[in-house]
Amino acid sequence: MSLLSVDALSVTFAGHGTGRGAGRAGRATKAVDGVSFDVAEGQVVGLVGESGCGKSVTALALMGLLPRKGVSVGGRAEFDGADLLSMGEKKIRDLRGSQLAMIFQDPLSSLNPVVPIGVQVTEILTRHRGLKGEAARKEAASLLDRVGIPDPDRRLKEYPHQLSGGMRQRALIAMAVACAPRLLIADEPTTALDVTIQAQILELLKELVDQEGTALLMITHDLGVVAGLCDQVNVLYAGRAVETAGRRELFAHPTHPYAHGLLGSIPRLDAPRGEPLRPIRGSINDKIAWADGCAFAPRCDFYTLQCLTGTPELTEPRAPGHQVRCVNPVLPADRSADAAEVSS
Amino acid sequence: MSLLELDGVKVHFPVKKGVFFDRTVGHVYAVDGVSLKVEAGQTYGLVGESGCGKTTLGRAVLRLVDITGGEVVFDGTDLAKLPDEEMRKIRHRLQMVFQDPLGSLNPRQNIESILSEGMAAHGIGADQEERRTRIKKILAEVGLPANALSRYPHEFSGGQRQRIGIARALVLEPDVIICDEPVSALDVSIQAQVINLLEELQESKGLTYLVIAHDLAVVRHISDVIGVMYLGSLVEEATSDALYAGPRHPYTKALMSAVPVPDPDVEDRRERILLHGDLPSPASPPAGCRFHTRCPWKQETRCATERPELTVVADGHRVACHFAAEIEAGTVERTRATGIEAVTDTAPEEQ
Repeated sequence: MSLLSVDALSVTFAGHGTGRGAGRAGRATKAVDGVSFDVAEGQVVGLVGESGCGKSVTALALMGLLPRKGVSVGGRAEFDGADLLSMGEKKIRDLRGSQLAMIFQDPLSSLNPVVPIGVQVTEILTRHRGLKGEAARKEAASLLDRVGIPDPDRRLKEYPHQLSGGMRQRALIAMAVACAPRLLIADEPTTALDVTIQAQILELLKELVDQEGTALLMITHDLGVVAGLCDQVNVLYAGRAVETAGRRELFAHPTHPYAHGLLGSIPRLDAPRGEPLRPIRGSINDKIAWADGCAFAPRCDFYTLQCLTGTPELTEPRAPGHQVRCVNPVLPADRSADAAEVSS
Repeated sequence: MSLLELDGVKVHFPVKKGVFFDRTVGHVYAVDGVSLKVEAGQTYGLVGESGCGKTTLGRAVLRLVDITGGEVVFDGTDLAKLPDEEMRKIRHRLQMVFQDPLGSLNPRQNIESILSEGMAAHGIGADQEERRTRIKKILAEVGLPANALSRYPHEFSGGQRQRIGIARALVLEPDVIICDEPVSALDVSIQAQVINLLEELQESKGLTYLVIAHDLAVVRHISDVIGVMYLGSLVEEATSDALYAGPRHPYTKALMSAVPVPDPDVEDRRERILLHGDLPSPASPPAGCRFHTRCPWKQETRCATERPELTVVADGHRVACHFAAEIEAGTVERTRATGIEAVTDTAPEEQ
């Protein structure tokens, strides 16, 4: 039984009306288009994709942080038996911070710049755990200590701008784990950080999952981070999962042309020098709606006319549990996959 | 003779205080004595984390910031001492590609205007007609349609904007292009397109690149020689392959071990060297070796008192560490934890 079970989640942003001159901005935008995945306790599930693929919107929808006006959310997201998406504001507010927690990409803009760190950490302890005064302060100090912030008593009195980027992200993690949440959503938690600091934060998250059995939903664009951390990976493109597999299976046999192309276009530290990169042509802007066919078709090297007739379904062409949304997947017999030279 | 030689380059920014009189109360030692050579037709990659001075160094080569000391010798001329007007004239031979493609293009100029402005300033092309012909040729080379000429920056995607930035450098027929984080603002699938483009252009035009980036995998892919910077100075320099095969400086070791590789087998096997704490402030860098406050191999002697010089340890491989040979031979022990304890242990460090 999984802790979180997301079923056909969709998020549509309404346009600004359909009057004369409304143009592109006037049309509704489907940011997430039927995404399903499960997260079990102690499991790390990755949502991977490039900008605009809907990974952050998915997280915001689960946390109930999308604006109510102009946004329609569909599907179900069962957390411990209750549907997060249809839950009332008051109810989800009780869950948020205590059972569900989120870490954002930019630690500076997720902290209040005019309130000391200590007040921001104790706020959660007071709201969800009823701790007050000295007890709350002590608990806050021990939380900061736990995430490796030296001299926590002094840091509690400081403001966000006085902390370094890595330190701020640790403070956010401290706030996120303050009530021992059962599900932690991390939206690009290390993208704004330097690589040695990124290594520190990733180890910290790993330890949290190992020791506390927290379920972690990791949202990132970095396939390297995914390879080291996630158990199960969902690759998103234009609002839909195009490939879902265990991490070893995915990296050994990327089967959707997009996942395959993505892995071919990353410079690897351990690759022999001179090995050319195989980029995916075009950019995500020239997308077509999933309803009319495969949204990746205009950039795909393997596309056929079949790709433009109806929405491709998730199938398991290679191994059980390895789902791929493609009518013409990259399979072992497909030698052209390795020989494909892409002109940029 | 190398095309571009930096010798002891320093860039110090004064820190001022006071309402009526600006008193200089200290300096930020952004770049503090960097010497390196960039060979013609090659790519030199500078890597380091934010605040290590790599961008400032790149800007100093073009004299976009004032150089406090040292020499920047380009093709036999010391740029650091060149009068401003002479510097302006030589600048078309040294061009720059910036990180943020939207921020570095004027939103109110169309592409033709952006690209021809530099040409007019440097007297390239007799008239606008000739310049337009040349711009069209360059646009085709960077993979942009000819109808881009009359369009504005906002009409292009991120990858296309970076191509415009590259075209802007190319129209001036430069010898050296300094690329400051050329792909870090782009999505991974677009990154590869731009990296390949830079490599193709280097081959067809014989360009020399100084690539500044924080992403070690990108730098390793594109560079012939790599220099690793930490807090204003070079700590290690080697050919791309030698650096990957055997990093000698403790900081390089930690940096390389921290770069995620998209391969679960590699990720599971490797030992991460985690560092204690954060980068110290470049306004008050630690005495002695600047890395000693975080170094896992810090020794009792020398590290805290004596600043190591870059010394040659193998052909073309320079390292600034007192104990590089001993660490390599395994005769000195780690003095700090490098596992998860490095992250969670908050015991105060002795300075």
